[in-house]
Amino acid sequence: MSLVLHCLTSFVAAAAFGILFNAPKRTLLQCGISGMLGWAAYYLLTAPFNTIFATVSATFIVGLVSLIFARVYKEPVILFSVSGIIPLVPGGLAYDAMRNFVENQYDIAVQLAAQAFLISGSIAIGLILSEVMNQIAKSIPIRRAPRL
Amino acid sequence: MEESLIPPDQEPVEICLLAGKIMLQSGAETYRVEDTMTRLAASLGLPGSQSYVTPTGIVFQSGEMQWAKLIRIVERTTDLEKVAAVNNVSRQLGNGTLSPEAAYQQLVRIDTSRHAYPLPLQIVAAAVASGCFTFMFGGVGKDLLPGILCGGLGFAAFLWLHRLVRVKFFAEFTASLMIGIVAYLLVQTQLGTTLDKIIIGSVMPLVPGLLITNAVRDLMAGHLVSGLSRGAEAFLTAFAIGAGIAVVFTVL
Repeated sequence: MSLVLHCLTSFVAAAAFGILFNAPKRTLLQCGISGMLGWAAYYLLTAPFNTIFATVSATFIVGLVSLIFARVYKEPVILFSVSGIIPLVPGGLAYDAMRNFVENQYDIAVQLAAQAFLISGSIAIGLILSEVMNQIAKSIPIRRAPRL
Repeated sequence: MEESLIPPDQEPVEICLLAGKIMLQSGAETYRVEDTMTRLAASLGLPGSQSYVTPTGIVFQSGEMQWAKLIRIVERTTDLEKVAAVNNVSRQLGNGTLSPEAAYQQLVRIDTSRHAYPLPLQIVAAAVASGCFTFMFGGVGKDLLPGILCGGLGFAAFLWLHRLVRVKFFAEFTASLMIGIVAYLLVQTQLGTTLDKIIIGSVMPLVPGLLITNAVRDLMAGHLVSGLSRGAEAFLTAFAIGAGIAVVFTVL
């Protein structure tokens, strides 16, 4: 039940971010889907594994889904990946870190900030993994029309 | 009429520069801008072109015998529709389904076009997204409404302030300060329960998510200057938001 709710809210949030980023109307649905899949993966994997692993896998999934959408709809990848990644950005951790800094609890604050930095890094790793997969897939010659 | 403004031998260069300028202003990654410009140049019959793109300017040279041209980029926003549109023009030009003149005119039209969604819709979208994020980050059902309210208000304030003063840092700082105060008041009046979750959710529309990912992608693609400067921009934004919230906590 809670997973369904999370899927629903993350879909709406990612699509709404598509509007903020002025994504074309025809791609808003796909933005929402990539956001939803990413968040669902993150939500399911955080508890059994840890946040870093969950973030890497979630961004990897967002990247793959965006690449597939980009191929199918012949649009740049960035269109679909950006809205999908937004929910994974460690805004909450950065906030907690800032709050602890203000409350003079520097040890906790630095810990949280380091964690936020690591998660940003893992978002990048996930994206790059999916891009590498894409390049490998491109170098394997299956019937593929020349395109941008 | 557009063609008469530029000398015929300069037109291919103008097309490349305009395309690059639009993409960079709309939040495309640096390597994608360079890639598109080189592709455009190749399909316009300018082999051996070189481009050097940073977030604040483009240097483009169409061949060894030509002058290098420079374009300064002052403001950058996120406008994915323009990125997609320029990408489309570039592809059509490569296929040969679009003439250079038509391509230039299309690019001019893309450059002058406005945000496709009206302002109220953007604010509503920010509000809805904030509400959803409040729930996703662990808020209870009761926090949904305060999240929506704070998020919409904060984003509207950001847009208004940014138009008013043109200093992005200040607009972000003040918007997040406002979010903090309103969220605190809503929790004090028992309308919301978890202050942290409401604030995190409402701040999300201001968070530089695209900047961070672009910074890392540029770094990985070997564009070290662009990656670092985009990273600095993202850090500045994050700092502005954090400082705004921090002020609320220090005062209260």
